Amino acid sequence: MDLHQLWTILSLPDNVPIVLLLFVVPFYTWYGLRQAFANDRLIAQLEGDPAMAKTHHRKVQPFKTGWTREVHVWPYLLRIEFLAAIIVTVILMVWSITLNAPLEEPSNPTLTMNPSKAPWYFLGLQEMLVYFDPWMAGVVMPSLIIVGLMVIPYIDTNPLGNGYYTYKQRKFSILTFIFGFIVLWVSMIVIGTLIRGPGWMWFWPGTTWDHNRLIFEVNRDLPDLFGITGRVAKIIFGAIVVGLYLGAAGVAIHKLITKTAFNRKIYARMSVLQYIVMQTFLVIMLALPVKILIRLMFRIKYIWVTPWFNI
Amino acid sequence: MADTNGHDGKPASAGTPAAGGNGASGSGNGGNGGSKLQAVIAGAKATQTRAIEELKETVKAPEKTDVWKSVLRVKHDETPRSRALGVLSNVFLHLHPAKINRDAVAYNYTWGMGGMTFYVYITLVFTGTLLMFYYHPSKIVAFRDILYLESDVPFGKLLRNMHRWGAHLMVIMVELHMFRVFLTGSYKKPREFNWVVGVLLLVLTLLLSFTGYLLPDDQLGFWAVTVGTNMARATPLLGHAGPFGPQLGMTPFNDVRFGLLGGSIVDANALLRAYIWHCVAIPIIASAFMVVHFWRVRKDGGISGPAPVMLESEIKDVKKI
Ligand code: HEM
Repeated sequence: MDLHQLWTILSLPDNVPIVLLLFVVPFYTWYGLRQAFANDRLIAQLEGDPAMAKTHHRKVQPFKTGWTREVHVWPYLLRIEFLAAIIVTVILMVWSITLNAPLEEPSNPTLTMNPSKAPWYFLGLQEMLVYFDPWMAGVVMPSLIIVGLMVIPYIDTNPLGNGYYTYKQRKFSILTFIFGFIVLWVSMIVIGTLIRGPGWMWFWPGTTWDHNRLIFEVNRDLPDLFGITGRVAKIIFGAIVVGLYLGAAGVAIHKLITKTAFNRKIYARMSVLQYIVMQTFLVIMLALPVKILIRLMFRIKYIWVTPWFNI
Repeated sequence: MADTNGHDGKPASAGTPAAGGNGASGSGNGGNGGSKLQAVIAGAKATQTRAIEELKETVKAPEKTDVWKSVLRVKHDETPRSRALGVLSNVFLHLHPAKINRDAVAYNYTWGMGGMTFYVYITLVFTGTLLMFYYHPSKIVAFRDILYLESDVPFGKLLRNMHRWGAHLMVIMVELHMFRVFLTGSYKKPREFNWVVGVLLLVLTLLLSFTGYLLPDDQLGFWAVTVGTNMARATPLLGHAGPFGPQLGMTPFNDVRFGLLGGSIVDANALLRAYIWHCVAIPIIASAFMVVHFWRVRKDGGISGPAPVMLESEIKDVKKI
């Protein structure tokens, strides 16, 4: 156990936001889901008791007849905003007084930093470089993430859960988002920051960064495993395998979005276009963990080898 | 002072407001010689007492003065009407409605994340502007400017730290804000488009942070930006190392990366470009989108909740084409 190494990594000023992330993301996940479960209990109660559903004010927050449903912004909201501004200012001040922003040596193109890391919020993408070529990890994926986020409101045809926390009424979308945000985005950032060392190699927290470590990975391409050598044959073979994945993933996702009676009801509200867009993004998103597993378990680098690009 | 034309009945201290007919000045009427002087003194004294009276009143009830009224335009007393007007007639506050859902003011619904993101953004604009006074976007002095800022400028170090950590904080807060909006389903009708505006703001926030990273011109920023922009090389079709790029005639000297950096390596031009994007272009674009974002929050009916829960049995059928 090399605690000193661990401390060096954790206390690097630019890594402090990640340490913060390690606390705030789980906290707010818990905070949001706790309210979701509270609402779910109320929903179950109301579903079971139509008479109560007619008269209840339908929130977990207390409400008595005679109370106004709206309050004045001044002072009830503005005082909270003022307080929040003060608290944020104090946090930022204390943080800035106690911790100095990093400043390394002057830039020097002839002296490579090892590991040289992108800013932390892009480390998820840099981590993807291990599993995908730069055109995928650096260009296609960010574009898909941006467009994929933008289409969410237009493909989510579930009318429930608009304006209140709930888990039961939106299981599929909540789990998908948590998977994308926490598993694929935040945890990749954490791995990129705390675990990747020199040469972008995997160092468990507490092990020493060994700048001379070499790992001999025999990375194979899938066509090689099947003894396919011809250029054209490789292209065709790769296309078939990728096509098979797309088909299989599509079927699996279809099964998932039509699993329960409720899901089928939501599915029935979708237009063909909405369905196709949703399938496209989910299939591509699922490709990330699939490729990661293939790479880690079978040491396979590329599935589809062509003269122009490799996947 | 030896004038004798006091017969017009006007006190010598004609500078006082004419409307203030006070008894003291009357005694000067028709007087001569020495009593003239007394009249002047008496007039001055009266003016003084009046001024003191006025000042006292002003201090006691400043809201009654014309200046106050001209600035604030409406009464600020305890009546509901005044409270509402106070918010609505203020340019900074009028983004708020006058009244709001009683449960939405509690912290637990929005986590205050959008608002705090905006506040941190304001802080960054403020500290960033101050930093611009000490920074030249030139390869020769950029790094030295930072050293100078840290060692010689009063509070320079604090300024730089606040800008740096504020930027990190903003990125974290935007992501959490997006998470909250998703968990509350607030992107659903009618707020679909505001979510899209939000995604653009997220991208702009990341770009702001990224372009700022290069500016100190140290090893950290240099290599981070090198790693980052090297990816642009591999852009399909438009990068010289990307799929189908070479086939389309892309070289290191004409592809997207060249356009971003103003050269084939991260050098003086890249520094200048990062500076202009960071300090001028992106802040303007982001501010514009924020204005749209806040405007839409209002126009879409204010904060989405906490709304009364809806039951599965209440889903209405959609008309299919
Ligand atoms: C610079 C970044 C951003 C700023 C300053 C900002 C600011 C705000 C503020 C002040 C609100 C009012 C409610 C609240 O405080 O939560 C709000 C609401 C909203 N934001 Fe943002 N936001 C930003 C980025 C985003 C992002 C990244 C998204 C989503 C991808 C987003 C989507 C929304 C939506 C849909 C609402 C309406 C929520 C509701 O009515 O409950 N915003 N934003």
